[in-house]
Amino acid sequence: MKFYLEVWRQNGPDRAGKLEQYEANEIPAEASFLEMLDIVNEDLAKKGIEPIQFDSDCREGICGNCSLTINGVPHGIGRGTTCQLYMRKFRDGQIITIEPFRADAFPLERDLVVNRAAYDRIMQAGGFVSERAGSAPDANSVPIPKVVADQAMDAAACIGCGACAAACPNGSAMLFVSAKVTHLGLLPQGKPENDRRVLNMVRQMDAEGFGNCSNYYACEAVCPAGIPASVIAHMNRGFAFASIKESIGVTV
Amino acid sequence: MTLDSKIPAGPLDKKWTSYKNTAKLVNPANKRKFDIIIVGSGLAGAAAAATLAEQGYKVKCFCYQDSPRRAHSIAAQGGINAAKNYQNDGDSVYRLFYDTIKGGDFRSREANVHRLAEVSNLIIDQCVAQGVPFAREYGGLLDNRSFGGAQVSRTFYARGQTGQQLLLGTYSALSHQIALGNVEMFPKSEMMDLVVVDGHAKGIVVRDMTNGEISSHAGDAVLLCTGGYGNVFYLSTNARGCNVTATYRAFKRGALFANPCYTQIHPTCIPVSGDYQSKLTLMSESLRNDGRVWVPKKKEDCAKEPKDIPEDARDYYLERKYPSFGNLAPRDISSRSAKEVCDEGRGVGPGGLGVYLDFADAIKRLGKHVIEERYGNLFEMYHNITDENAYERPMRIYPAVHYTMGGLWVDYHLMSNIPGLHVLGEANFSDHGANRLGASALMQGLADGYFVIPYTLGEYMASQFGKKVNPDARPFVQAVEDVKARVEKLLAINGTRTVDSFHRELGKIMWDKCGMARDKQGLEEALRKIPKLREEFWKNLKILGSPDGINMELERAGRVADFLEFGELMCMDALSRNESCGGHFRTEFQTPEGEALRNDSEYDYVAAWKYEGEGNAPTLVKEPLVYEEVKLSTRSYK
Repeated sequence: MKFYLEVWRQNGPDRAGKLEQYEANEIPAEASFLEMLDIVNEDLAKKGIEPIQFDSDCREGICGNCSLTINGVPHGIGRGTTCQLYMRKFRDGQIITIEPFRADAFPLERDLVVNRAAYDRIMQAGGFVSERAGSAPDANSVPIPKVVADQAMDAAACIGCGACAAACPNGSAMLFVSAKVTHLGLLPQGKPENDRRVLNMVRQMDAEGFGNCSNYYACEAVCPAGIPASVIAHMNRGFAFASIKESIGVTV
Repeated sequence: MTLDSKIPAGPLDKKWTSYKNTAKLVNPANKRKFDIIIVGSGLAGAAAAATLAEQGYKVKCFCYQDSPRRAHSIAAQGGINAAKNYQNDGDSVYRLFYDTIKGGDFRSREANVHRLAEVSNLIIDQCVAQGVPFAREYGGLLDNRSFGGAQVSRTFYARGQTGQQLLLGTYSALSHQIALGNVEMFPKSEMMDLVVVDGHAKGIVVRDMTNGEISSHAGDAVLLCTGGYGNVFYLSTNARGCNVTATYRAFKRGALFANPCYTQIHPTCIPVSGDYQSKLTLMSESLRNDGRVWVPKKKEDCAKEPKDIPEDARDYYLERKYPSFGNLAPRDISSRSAKEVCDEGRGVGPGGLGVYLDFADAIKRLGKHVIEERYGNLFEMYHNITDENAYERPMRIYPAVHYTMGGLWVDYHLMSNIPGLHVLGEANFSDHGANRLGASALMQGLADGYFVIPYTLGEYMASQFGKKVNPDARPFVQAVEDVKARVEKLLAINGTRTVDSFHRELGKIMWDKCGMARDKQGLEEALRKIPKLREEFWKNLKILGSPDGINMELERAGRVADFLEFGELMCMDALSRNESCGGHFRTEFQTPEGEALRNDSEYDYVAAWKYEGEGNAPTLVKEPLVYEEVKLSTRSYK
């Protein structure tokens, strides 16, 4: 197959960037999108053009490292990560525009590589249960209803890729944050810290420069892990209660 | 040189307890004074970083990914073993220990494996306390499933994403400690060298992959938790970034590398479809419960559509060769058999490297809905990748490199022969012998990080009071200069071939000659070819761009340069082990039925290799394996 690529090239965070045009020739239909870029990069290198820098690691859809916006859609068409998108999904001869995940809180580092450390800092603000190795009771001492465990697992499946914020017109990370708040908040082990967790994580999200949610649900549409937007409602409820408690001086 | 494994005295089941009762302790005020360097943030690294920080040590943790949450432990699917016996089906610490020793084909250390089985239960408790959403029954209690190599159900799981959930658990504990200021995290930082001062591991050199800066970090101990080296084969189920550089650099600084030839090839992966391919994807082994493996009897039929090949022209080779285990023959045997039929020219699909896994009989017997219920997500994944419908056309599968049992040599304290250098998880060699059982990798990574190193590190630290090194001392400066020179050398070659083309060629040599089946002639051929390829690499490599900033080709070049040396070490190890055991199958050493033929009287040892300087062959140091509890026997699957 053959494709005409328009690829965002930017030689560093403070440099101007622009779309460059490249041809992708003799691409097998079975190749993944990233393998197509590997082939293009080999061609570019042979021509003395510096290869396109893009992130990827596991290439099986779970590490959350790949982060391309393809024809305007984070991770491209279909539900899944960029690495799980195959070239047969495109038309032969199609023009494909490839840009990085764009959100104010994800500064661009080079070409298609962005810095998503903001997500790590949000997790550090409260995305954990404060326990210590060695202090845990027997794993079966607290039964957890299967439906609750399953709901927690649905939320815990988030791969932290950042597509939600990249797809959101407000650059909001609400889906990411509420997935973690919901996962831990549903489980008995996470409940003791629910109030401070939701307050601290939301405040960190704001401090990082992510926008707020205005119910577009673009995040849900692109999420490769299928996190439902209903987790946002779950978090908003928790946030409201925690805020009230805080405002009347109840320790959270 | 002799190796002291420091295994505590006493009966096997009391060793760990008596060790803990007498192990050296470091008081909280003193722990604060120690800086611990941890490289890698997977299950072993993140668990160790969080736990040591909880204890009061000052931890610096480094990883090459942009976030510790992306370490490759995340990709593990199946589950994690523990001897909880929640199913009341006869499980015990002893049984988990015995299954693991036997699964490893009697090439691992008894005391280490027993300790692993003992702490397995604590891991499940710890993970549940962190909020890992393991699968549960309707009554709210934890669910288990069964896995290969065991007759009990002892595997805990979180859908098909157990590794992800366990890693996110360690990541949350690590994030907590980062927030408290007890861990300083360095993402996108690749370890380029180990710094040894007066014979002790006291620091590392890292390259910041964002701005290219090369710097050294001093500490009081160094923990390598850097995973396996499966990517020496180029194509594997590992992540693209997985590499041997950290452990190989330590090897060049004097750490012994143990059993490098022990690699695990997983039988059910989606086959290679062309030269462009960057990665192989695992399909759960559970598919073999209902699928039948076959290839055409005659080469001429290979290009035909499978539905046009009549029943009597098909060779269900696993059922033919192993009537009692059939399609459920163990991993190593299934993998080797697939290779044999493909070598005979009877493989199917592109390049003739594939065999059919056929569900037609199961669908006829059980109905499509049952198969869909059991394996629906796998069929969907297969469809997404191959564009083929496995309900109508048999799946094509082929074995792929999945895990490496070999690694840096460590004693019972997880310390290498370089004082201060500790090695955890897949990066060490100690627990899986010559073959790892399913659902045991996650167990080992977390055991080492949460429950072993927190007890054994004190042994070394207690001897290090007042021995801080000067971070500007000569060995640090020299190591940084060496790394800079190496980076410049790579960029200055200015040849014509890309990094990936060298890596692919090395991978092909390793796969053909040191893969599922090995023989003397092939290994000797590889040992001639690899140095030539390495020579060409250093003359003809082409990397564009600068060292200052993101340059992924440069990152890969450094890793491939090490693989090009390490591959030779693997072949040497495979050549020197004149027996077959577990994942190491030397075709010269097999029973008349084609089974692995061990030679316990001559080869029941750990082969630890010592670096002897540039251009010299490494020397072999043997640690005899002493079995006090277990009686060695032959595995049979007929």
